[in-house]
Amino acid sequence: MKDTTNSAPVIEAKGLNLVFQTADGPVQALKDVNLTINRGEFVSFIGPSGCGKTTFLRAIAALEHPTSGTLTVNGMTPDEARRKRAYGYVFQAAGLYPWRTIAGNIKLPLEIMGFDRAEQDRRVAQVLDLVELSGFGKKFPWQLSGGMQQRASIARALAFDADILLMDEPFGALDEIVRDRLNEETLKLWARTGKTIGFVTHSIPEAVYLSTKIVVMSPRPGRITDVIDSPLPKERPLEIRDSREFIEIAHRVREGLRAGHHEE
Amino acid sequence: MSALLFALLVWLAAWALNVWLAGSPVAKTRFGKALVPLIFGATLLVLWEGLVRGLGIAPVILPAPSAIAAKIATSLPMLWQDFAQTILKGAIPGFLIGSGAAFLTAVAIDRSPFLQRGLLPIGNFVAALPIVGLAPILVMWFGFGWESKAAVVVVMVFFPMLVNIVAGLQASERMQRDLMATWGASYLQTLVKLRLPAALPFVFNGLKIASTLALIGAIVAEFFGSPTFGMGFRISTEVGRLGLDMVWAEIAVAALAGSLLYGIVALIERWMTFWHPSQRH
Amino acid sequence: MPVLTVLGLILVIWYAASVWMNSTWVYDQAERAGTMVSFAEMVPQTMTQERPLLPPPHQVGAELWEGLRLGSGYEVFLQSADQPILDRLQATLDHVFSKKGLVYHGYVTFKGTMMGFGLGILFGSLLAMAIVRFRVMDMSVMPWAIISQTIPIVALAPMIITVSSQMGLTDRDVPKAVISAYLSFFPVLVSMVKGLRSPDQMQLDLLKTYGAGEGAVFLKLRLPASMPYFFASLKVAVAASLVGTIVGELPTGAIEGLGARMLIGSQFGEPLIMWAALFAAAILAGLLIVAVGIVERLARKRMGVPA
Ligand SMILES: Nc1ncnc2c1ncn2[C@@H]1O[C@H](COP(=O)(O)OP(=O)(O)OP(=O)(O)O)[C@@H](O)[C@H]1O
Ligand SMILES: [Mg+2]
Repeated sequence: MKDTTNSAPVIEAKGLNLVFQTADGPVQALKDVNLTINRGEFVSFIGPSGCGKTTFLRAIAALEHPTSGTLTVNGMTPDEARRKRAYGYVFQAAGLYPWRTIAGNIKLPLEIMGFDRAEQDRRVAQVLDLVELSGFGKKFPWQLSGGMQQRASIARALAFDADILLMDEPFGALDEIVRDRLNEETLKLWARTGKTIGFVTHSIPEAVYLSTKIVVMSPRPGRITDVIDSPLPKERPLEIRDSREFIEIAHRVREGLRAGHHEE
Repeated sequence: MSALLFALLVWLAAWALNVWLAGSPVAKTRFGKALVPLIFGATLLVLWEGLVRGLGIAPVILPAPSAIAAKIATSLPMLWQDFAQTILKGAIPGFLIGSGAAFLTAVAIDRSPFLQRGLLPIGNFVAALPIVGLAPILVMWFGFGWESKAAVVVVMVFFPMLVNIVAGLQASERMQRDLMATWGASYLQTLVKLRLPAALPFVFNGLKIASTLALIGAIVAEFFGSPTFGMGFRISTEVGRLGLDMVWAEIAVAALAGSLLYGIVALIERWMTFWHPSQRH
Repeated sequence: MPVLTVLGLILVIWYAASVWMNSTWVYDQAERAGTMVSFAEMVPQTMTQERPLLPPPHQVGAELWEGLRLGSGYEVFLQSADQPILDRLQATLDHVFSKKGLVYHGYVTFKGTMMGFGLGILFGSLLAMAIVRFRVMDMSVMPWAIISQTIPIVALAPMIITVSSQMGLTDRDVPKAVISAYLSFFPVLVSMVKGLRSPDQMQLDLLKTYGAGEGAVFLKLRLPASMPYFFASLKVAVAASLVGTIVGELPTGAIEGLGARMLIGSQFGEPLIMWAALFAAAILAGLLIVAVGIVERLARKRMGVPA
């Protein structure tokens, strides 16, 4: 608790359980999850497939409802926070509407939230610039490459000042080079906007490179096995991935993942 | 006999030309894509003419295209009157009302999964039934005027449209609906901004089917009673009098009307669903 | 369960509508007789009219039951108890299939449908093969195949029938089959073209590396690949065939078949005949679709595609 401005809890989960009722019986997707995320943190979730990363993110955004335990967002329930437009959500696929231009896609949440015309245009220009897509506003999604589409979907999530950005494997479908670029840009963006970010990934280097906090999860039932606070500085050039500190954290994450695996 | 030979030769020559055209680079252009079928259609007419003349086929069995064209030219006012009665007053209003009603019904049952699960199988079944059979009953209810024709069309068009629209409204991706939810969008906003546009390809698919059904319905209904004009009426009376040139003239009008209606729907589709993969070449 | 609820709802609406629509006649009768009828007296009178505007469900059901001659057929079976069993069956079947019954008319329609369906499948698949094989066919014929479907076939129906009788074909089966095939070839054509073109370049190239000729590519790859598409089109095609057959039975002169029953009912002002024929047609459509569905499932199983 050195930096007091950075320590207000934004997301707080206490004893969270979430059970899906399926045709072949109940599936415990989350078991006894306790986690506090403070304002301005960059939190990565990592773990094997099916350990509940997506489910946890969806629960934060009120797309799923916990079976028991408490979950608060800015001191409110997730549903209330959603009505206060607290979330920008980015999925693995860009999910842009093919019948709208890139600018039209970014405007969509703004239209829904009732911003006026001039403000919509101003914000579209601003976030397009932020993700370096200025000049592509009039194009249709299918005229852009996969990486550009994904940047556009991030711009869409940034357009309306949500203070929490939830990203579920946003770069999972992209190649390594593009991914590196977007990782760098994501960090810059985070520094510039000061948003709280929840980020799901399968890549250890990506998690270590981006995060201030890494949450390691393990499956059946989905639970948290380790929470690692990163000692890396806020300023992170790509080369930092060759430093000793970086490799040590990566090692600890790998160990955590392995331990979760062996318990089965 | 020589007329037939001549026609056969023309046909073979044109076919050879088409074979050559289809293999040449011209076939890749828009012009070539329109030219080849046009040549084919035109030579079919030549062949028909040659067949009728060469074999001396009686006009009560098959009139020559030239005779049909002459008949069309001399009976334009009558053809127009029949067209107005059957297509403009019967088919088109019925098509619009039926599609509109199906649309409203689909949106109305959209919020009730229970009704959807109940109505969809029934709608699917009814869409496969020979609904033309309702024509005599509807003529009995609504009289011989155009109203009964429009009513038949409404019933014929309704179920295929309903099934398509309901399927279309479920066509949006779950991820996109979730996104809408994270933005706190209302039911109406999600419907207008996401689900209706996503349903458009299905709607147009239904409209294309409905456009051909509409003409069938309007014409069949006239077989069961009509004023003394209308395409169905004219066809059945002229067949009785063996005036086959007039029958073919009406068929030509019907073909033109059918293709036009279908073409208009296809044009609007191209304009409104330009983004759909099937429209993007 | 939801289906049953909706069906129940439809029945209720139907009854309400028949009371409403048939009440006019009751009130007219009463006025002519100079009497007054209360609502409670009116309702039962709407349920039993001989020529109702909208017969209530039970009246249609009764007419259908009588028309199908199943109940009376059973009686025939019982009455002939003293005869050998084969004769009894014979007599019963004769009764059920007699020319007065809907079973017979349904059979006539069914026969026409099957002929048209068969012709449509044959013509549609052959045309599809030619179109996929020859680029000229694709470019010349495909646009006209689409246009052919926008021509309302019913405009052609009366003419096809008179012309074929002019040419000495007194049998109505041929013209009916032509009309029905005209409607059913198109779905088969479109699906087969899609199916025959469904193998991708990689699969085609692979066969070529084996040194396969065009015939082998067709038999070993294109044809099997098109089968799921083919079977999927059959349901649409059989429904279209039935519509075509009924339309073919409508124009003047026909006396056999469900379409002819509808026409007769309409001309003699017998709504019950029309309704019974309509429902018989619906039953026939249901049976055909179920049968095609079973064939489709069997075929899929044999080809190893999960149904
Ligand atoms: N809607 C649902 N209905 C039933 N079970 C579900 C549902 N969504 C997820 N699950 C189950 O919950 C568990 C966790 O799923 P979740 O999608 O959160 O995993 P994940 O960690 O995101 O996996 P991945 O890395 O593959 O994306 C899995 O066992 C999954 O089968
Ligand atoms: Mg996931």
